Amino acid sequence: KNKSDHCVRKWKNHSDYCVLYSPHQITAWMEMVVKENPGVVSAEVYGRTFENKNITALKIGLNSTSSKKVIWMDCGIHAREWIAPAFCQWFVKEILRTYKSDERMHTILNNVDFYITPVLNMDGYMYSWQNESTRLWRKSRSAPPAGCNCNGTDLNRNFNANWGMIGVSKDCCSDIYCGSKVLSESEADAVTSFVQSMKERVLCFLTIHSHGQLILVPYGYPEIQRVCHPQMQVAQKASEAIKSVHGMEYTVGTPPMVLYPNSGSSRDWARLIGIPFSFTFELRDKGEFGFKLPEDQIQPTCEEAYEGARSIINYVHDKNFPVKGGSVAAATAAFWTTLLASCLTSATFL
Amino acid sequence: MHRCVCAALAVLSLVGASPTPGSAPPRSVPWKASRLDKPNEHVIFLQYGETEPALKLKETMPVEELNPTHYPARRAAAVAQHFLNARHGSPYKWFHVEQVQSATLEEIAGVGAKYHVVFSAKEGVCNSVGLCTADVLFPEAGGDQTAPQVQCSCEGPLAINASAQEEAFYRRLRGSNSPVTGNNIPDSFGFIAPDMKPLWILAGVASSFVMLKESNENTLYNLAQVANVTQLESEDKQLKFQYHVLLHEMVSQEIIHWKLLVTWAPAGGVSVLHPERQPHCHDCVLPPATAPKERSDPE
Repeated sequence: KNKSDHCVRKWKNHSDYCVLYSPHQITAWMEMVVKENPGVVSAEVYGRTFENKNITALKIGLNSTSSKKVIWMDCGIHAREWIAPAFCQWFVKEILRTYKSDERMHTILNNVDFYITPVLNMDGYMYSWQNESTRLWRKSRSAPPAGCNCNGTDLNRNFNANWGMIGVSKDCCSDIYCGSKVLSESEADAVTSFVQSMKERVLCFLTIHSHGQLILVPYGYPEIQRVCHPQMQVAQKASEAIKSVHGMEYTVGTPPMVLYPNSGSSRDWARLIGIPFSFTFELRDKGEFGFKLPEDQIQPTCEEAYEGARSIINYVHDKNFPVKGGSVAAATAAFWTTLLASCLTSATFL
Repeated sequence: MHRCVCAALAVLSLVGASPTPGSAPPRSVPWKASRLDKPNEHVIFLQYGETEPALKLKETMPVEELNPTHYPARRAAAVAQHFLNARHGSPYKWFHVEQVQSATLEEIAGVGAKYHVVFSAKEGVCNSVGLCTADVLFPEAGGDQTAPQVQCSCEGPLAINASAQEEAFYRRLRGSNSPVTGNNIPDSFGFIAPDMKPLWILAGVASSFVMLKESNENTLYNLAQVANVTQLESEDKQLKFQYHVLLHEMVSQEIIHWKLLVTWAPAGGVSVLHPERQPHCHDCVLPPATAPKERSDPE
């Protein structure tokens, strides 16, 4: 086994980050990460899936208090997008690998708590691991509504953001079924309650998907034509950071521009409640392997996505915790605050 | 393991409308699905690429410049990709759109929406890249034609010569005593066994016939998986396979099952017979289902 150093994090059990983890293995890994990093990592169970499994986030930060700013990341809201949980694992590994020696990351962890949910849709993920026939499952595994015959709701159409209006289906057998009502799904409800409870502290909301190589900016419904400029700029910088790693193009835009219109997404909901920066990452590839990205692409995909995520995180952190020393920094911070405030107030719609 | 022997024929260009050797000039043939009650009737469907698109003097809107990164241009390019694969693909030749460089749209009243796209395409086996130009006409809803009409030409090193590998593959399968079969390609972890790879690529090429026919401005298709493939007895010199493929449609996010009868020989290109869309299968179990590989804990 000739794994590169980046694949293997030398904890007690030498975890390999360049393979796909089964549901059981992810749960065990999370327990290990908490155990091996006392005082830095804790597990936060913030809800239950339809099949009553825990929905767990890893809270990562130094000197955590209840008033620290927050950065949110969730992976695996769609079951078949297996590269997404792998990226959450990689992201956790990188933070923990670097914070002691990397001053910038150390500062970030002092100022910010990360809440990282490696597998949001654990029911769906588990189902997709059952056998080859279930591999391409997308939705939750909730029971069908009366009068319809198929399990599961598309969790990323179930949030309170123009729910049920466009890019959805009311047929429960559809892969974009938005649910019998808004937040009918316990998984979407759990995220909503948890993030809502700390929304003033959340600097940015990142939700990780595959595939398509896109960075999606709110909103998914075309009625909101106006796009907040800072959002696009931050996303554009992230795309450039991604490209600098392995040359991969990640297209930036709103879903109605670069993908398809849709409503009820978690990204849109997060933006609507006032979280200033909210993005969807669609990781590799562009359709050749699609959801079945080969394991030898885990490392390069995670490396580039990590740089993209860091670009956004560095920006939102530095904006809120400007480097001490001078009026230039203060003026810049003030400029962005003003710009952002105008962006927020114009985000309402009917 | 075949080493990629790709002779780049720099001057030769792939032209979508040119006739294949020995065949009648291309003409637009309406879709004919084979019917289950006539098992002996088989129709080779699909000869696209009229030399003259069916444009009469109609009222036309001005030509609109499209953003090449936005989805309308990308969907049109994907249709051109399906056309390229249907026409030029083989078990050792598979094209993917790399990047759309430019695109325009012309709405033609009474006819449809005509996209003109310029895109870079990559041939996946030999990793060569070239520039393609395509006209993709999505017919207006309600007419006889539902499938898009495509003309496409490519330049640069895309006209690669993979005949050595194709011949070797052909001879191996013709000469073998046991017909080849395969399941779940790629497997759940994206892995494809080296000797299955040409069958996977052939599935992609064959699926392109279906994806091309099924495409419209509101779809974006890819091959998601080969559920199974079985080599069949062939009456002629062609290799013949029964495929069950899963296509992913991006806008609806649906997985759509198709059964295809596919023939191929090195000189003649790929043909698809008896394409059969399978009923929507929600919690279905595909035959034969296999349990995932035993996974040891990651070390």
